[in-house]
Amino acid sequence: MNQTNEAYNIRKVIAASSVGTLIEWYDFYIFGSLATVIANQFFPKTNPTAALLSTLATFAAGFIVRPFGALVFGRLGDLIGRKYTFLLTLIIMGGSTFAIGLVPGYAQIGFAAPIIVLILRLLQGLALGGEYGGAATYVAEHSPSNKRGYYTSWIQTTATLGLFLSLGIILITRHILDQDPVKSISKFNDWGWRVPFLFSVFLVAISIYIRLKMKESPLFARLKSEGKVSKNPLKESFSHRSNLKMVLLALFGATMGQGVVWYTSQFYAMTFIEATCKLDFDQTRTIFMWAILFATPFFIVFGKWSDRIGRKWLMLAGMLLAIVTYRPLFRMLVSITDTQNKTEVTTKKQIRSSFQIVDNSNDTLRIRTINHFFTDGTSLVETSTDTLYTAPGKVTLKPEVKTSKIVSTQNYWLITGIIFIMIIYVTMVYGPIAAFLVELFPTKIRYTSMSLPYHIGNGIFGGLTPFIATLLATIYSGDKLVGLYYTIIVAGICLLIGALYINNKIDKDISD
Amino acid sequence: MDNIKRIAGIIWILLGPLSVYYLVKTAVIEISKKPVLDTKIQWTVFVVVFIPIAIGMVLFGYYALKGEYKHLPESSAEIID
Repeated sequence: MNQTNEAYNIRKVIAASSVGTLIEWYDFYIFGSLATVIANQFFPKTNPTAALLSTLATFAAGFIVRPFGALVFGRLGDLIGRKYTFLLTLIIMGGSTFAIGLVPGYAQIGFAAPIIVLILRLLQGLALGGEYGGAATYVAEHSPSNKRGYYTSWIQTTATLGLFLSLGIILITRHILDQDPVKSISKFNDWGWRVPFLFSVFLVAISIYIRLKMKESPLFARLKSEGKVSKNPLKESFSHRSNLKMVLLALFGATMGQGVVWYTSQFYAMTFIEATCKLDFDQTRTIFMWAILFATPFFIVFGKWSDRIGRKWLMLAGMLLAIVTYRPLFRMLVSITDTQNKTEVTTKKQIRSSFQIVDNSNDTLRIRTINHFFTDGTSLVETSTDTLYTAPGKVTLKPEVKTSKIVSTQNYWLITGIIFIMIIYVTMVYGPIAAFLVELFPTKIRYTSMSLPYHIGNGIFGGLTPFIATLLATIYSGDKLVGLYYTIIVAGICLLIGALYINNKIDKDISD
Repeated sequence: MDNIKRIAGIIWILLGPLSVYYLVKTAVIEISKKPVLDTKIQWTVFVVVFIPIAIGMVLFGYYALKGEYKHLPESSAEIID
């Protein structure tokens, strides 16, 4: 009976923590996924100050603020408890997300709009910085030592499932606003983008209700009753040499490599498929949704496995596989989507032109669409836009050309398979890491100590991956895959440090 | 193994300043190539964010060189001194 009650309780603990963390990730990702639409609404490029705020919103929230959130809420979690702290982060995240959905655009309220959105985005980053450490600690402190990896791996699924949920809700909203797909997308860009933000309030309300019913972590409650709670978690975490060296080891030997693998497989790969391979928006998203769906159970598999063989070698094996295979896998993505290798069915080729008068002038906008079809079922749409000027001698120097490909069913599943493999690497490095981090630090400063390396590894090393990789591809434009060197080098250093210095021993007693 | 851990500490110590040098050099080149606000902000963020991390790497290397990772703590009593 006791065992049944225990199992029921831990299931409740896992569910309450995971649902809230999943929603926080969802809230955080929808801003990133809708960055272009949001930029048009709040940060017009014609205004340099608004553009500056846009850049700050992109960079500051994801990268700089997350570690600060880890410090602020980690300290709070070690002082007042895990339950109320990660309840607070959920309220801040949910409130900010809902508020973003309500802010009037730049056209309505001018500069106030980008400033409000920037502040709300910073709050989102801050809340996310505090959430994960709390949820992982809370679940781990309820778990028996022989199932710590298994139970905390449920928390590890939430970041990927949050991405899945955000992709799904955005995709559905884009297509249900009108029967005509073009009109539906236009409505989405106009006002429909607010729906995923507003929808969040229902998810957050449910999660707050569930979390309110939960009790404090037993280990923290005991510490509190014994009067052993840390008086200054920040000082104890980072000014005591013996703990600081473990924080540094966690960052350079685990989270740094885990962060770059996570963001390369799930974000840079998406940017790469869409921007470099020119795959269609919807097809890119559904490929990722399938791959995530198939790969997510492996978080649990590797989390559970880590309880038997230890955390270290599983995480490092994931890094090693990523380092060795990323370039061949990305090269395959290029090759599959490259239409130069395909045979065109020239009889099916369609060329259409349309003309629009440019507002407040006599010039005309010419939109030329060419549809190419290939024998393997791939289709390619090339849309070039240029302006026909009435003034003599004035011509468009270089028409703007946009390309979008839809691959055949066979290639669609082939790409899904490649992304699936990449996400498997994520499940290997990320599945056991919560248990690993929890076991590294003592209860009284656990929340603070584990949150900072996690958010530097994921927020800074990981979060910057798509930007640095894209930047590298711009600087060294001869090699499409050059961006991967950032991931390979960072993960390589992390692998060496992890292999040399990390212990594979599972800490049986984390109550001290 | 302990000797390798200690000697590798020198590599981690050197890696800190080397990565900052490469980062600052690339930032200067890229900003001078395209001196617009976006480029300046991007590179300033990269440099500002990565400098403390590079210092952390030097500190990690120093601890490794001193043999601090020869034995990892097995209980909290060893961590909170």
